[in-house]
Amino acid sequence: MNIGEHDWNLDPLGQHIWRGQMETGQLLALARAVKEEGGQLVALWGSDDRHLHGGFGIHVALLTGAGLAWVSCALPAETPAYPHLAHIFPQADRMQRATFDLLGITASDAVDDRKWLRHAVWAKDEFPLRKDFSTLAAHRPSPPEADAYPFIRVEGDGVHEIPVGPIHAGTIEPGHFRFSIIGERILKLEERMGYTHKGTEKRFEGMDLATGAKLAGRVSGESHSAYAWAYCMAVETATASQVPERAVWLRALFLEIERIANHLGDLGYLGNDVALSFGFMQFWRLKEDWLRLTAKLFGHRYLFDCIVPGGVAVDIADDGKAELVAATDRIEAEVRSLKAIYDEHATLQDRFANTGIVKPDLAARLGLTGLAGRASAQAWDARAQFPQAPYDQLDVNMATQRQGDVLARAEVRFAEVTESLRLIRNLLARLPTGALHAPLIPVQSVCEGLGWVEGWRGEVLVAVRIGADGKLDRVHPHDPSWQNWPLVEVGVLGNIVPDFPLINKSFNLSYSGPDL
Amino acid sequence: MATHLILQKIFKTGIVSEPMPQADLGLRTREQELHADILKVFGQAVTIRHIDAGSCNGCELEIHAINGPHYNIDGMGVKFAASPRHADVLLVTGPVSRNMEVALKRAYDATPEPKWVIAMGDCGCTGGMFGESYASCGKVSNVIPVDVEVPGCPPAPTVLLQGILAAVSKDKKNA
Repeated sequence: MNIGEHDWNLDPLGQHIWRGQMETGQLLALARAVKEEGGQLVALWGSDDRHLHGGFGIHVALLTGAGLAWVSCALPAETPAYPHLAHIFPQADRMQRATFDLLGITASDAVDDRKWLRHAVWAKDEFPLRKDFSTLAAHRPSPPEADAYPFIRVEGDGVHEIPVGPIHAGTIEPGHFRFSIIGERILKLEERMGYTHKGTEKRFEGMDLATGAKLAGRVSGESHSAYAWAYCMAVETATASQVPERAVWLRALFLEIERIANHLGDLGYLGNDVALSFGFMQFWRLKEDWLRLTAKLFGHRYLFDCIVPGGVAVDIADDGKAELVAATDRIEAEVRSLKAIYDEHATLQDRFANTGIVKPDLAARLGLTGLAGRASAQAWDARAQFPQAPYDQLDVNMATQRQGDVLARAEVRFAEVTESLRLIRNLLARLPTGALHAPLIPVQSVCEGLGWVEGWRGEVLVAVRIGADGKLDRVHPHDPSWQNWPLVEVGVLGNIVPDFPLINKSFNLSYSGPDL
Repeated sequence: MATHLILQKIFKTGIVSEPMPQADLGLRTREQELHADILKVFGQAVTIRHIDAGSCNGCELEIHAINGPHYNIDGMGVKFAASPRHADVLLVTGPVSRNMEVALKRAYDATPEPKWVIAMGDCGCTGGMFGESYASCGKVSNVIPVDVEVPGCPPAPTVLLQGILAAVSKDKKNA
């Protein structure tokens, strides 16, 4: 496959997905070529491959003009290192730091080499994702105090800091925000994450493929279907297994149901954050009705464990289809009437517009992705540009905005709710007949696959390597929040502290997803 | 006019709140150490501080849901507080990540007596799929004392409400 002028010797690994190995020396040139043609770095992670080829591996997933390229480099067992990529793709910074914390693989010459996922629990010279990491660590006494982290200080007359978290005032996941402010204006925000790091990647090791799907779905619970699908896609690619067509269409149905549930909830909370509790109550009424219908039709309010390797675990009957279609019509009318109110509401518009702006050029430079990216003119949606089945037969209309403010992110949600409702009707009308599930082809030797799904927040990616024993050897789930969290730091600059909850909610990023 | 549209929508929507569920006393893990007179002071009103100690964010979805109009928790005397210092109940989700252990213990210590702790979800009750590891302490009761365990992945809103009511309602023993 060519990127720029050069053929990088990548082989197809799935629909719009490419796979290649190269020397670490070529990595920088590849990254530059991708950047030059307007591509992005989607994910960066490492692996302990000493049991396979005696060394470590560094992996990058790059968005290119021809699809997603998954490129790996073998690294020596002693002092594994690769050239840092954050000067080309700034979003690589935290991924590089996490890769060091978990595997001891160094990004050479990196400007920022502070710890990221490691707090006080394991030592600097211990690496949990190495295969020889001692499980005795589970029985160690816990640290008596929270760890120290070198925040970047802002100094000067009248500057002071507000530390927030890890436990927040509302029902939100834990993380730490360090504000430097003058008066009410935010001069700098620095995030400190990793509080929900619960050893998910280590947990995958040695797991059977079916249980792995359940764990993948719990990487970030509100994106259950996106993760479960991406994981299953990776496993099915690795084992060269076919999935029945009906199952593939039902997976897309589940993904769109999940997107609508999340967008409805967010639109309610955005109203709530500008003191329009009417908006919260109305949208959460719609969301609750939607969740109850989901539970009635598929047995779970959030579709947990409905996507399984080889297919899906639940079906929909004709009367269920009719009920779901009726619900989409009802919600579409209700959302339209609520949007008319949001559009007319002066206070809401005043608080939403020009708040938390991420301009398109900055979004492109820093790699903003997903829903938030589309609100900053990053016209990119995997369902539209590089559709996996069945989206290749659905012509998804992408929603974009240019303003990059809270209002733009709300507008993208409104547009995506309408589009997902249309997609659901389309999926139901054309749902193929046939089996729900086909057995996976048994594993003969070490194999690998990648899954790539446009979840409600953005693109979710899961890379899987299966050992010769048929058990999971290495699984890396990647959340779009990795790329987007740094943009929240940028988006709040110059805004007042009381607008932070609103700006943060407009992105609504995951903590558990990137903390792993 | 937004106000006109809002009022129109409110009247058209009507009241969607449903009757409250009964307390499920079977979810209690230990005998309530509370005296009847304390319960009299509280009545059946309770203030909750939610703590995500390492959850996947699935349980949080249902905590948000019970704040919606179908459940009318204000009408049951249940409200959420921003600080543990204002709370009667800590509602803890997740396997407790080791990176959250210190924060959880501090929040527990900051909560005034008498206090109850509800462990929510399969992870909070047993460690769930994440179990105990270098990064996870497992179930909530491995870190702080727990009064009520509400299983489920995630527990449905009515199950969660039954658990909250079980933590604070009188039963025959200490009524």
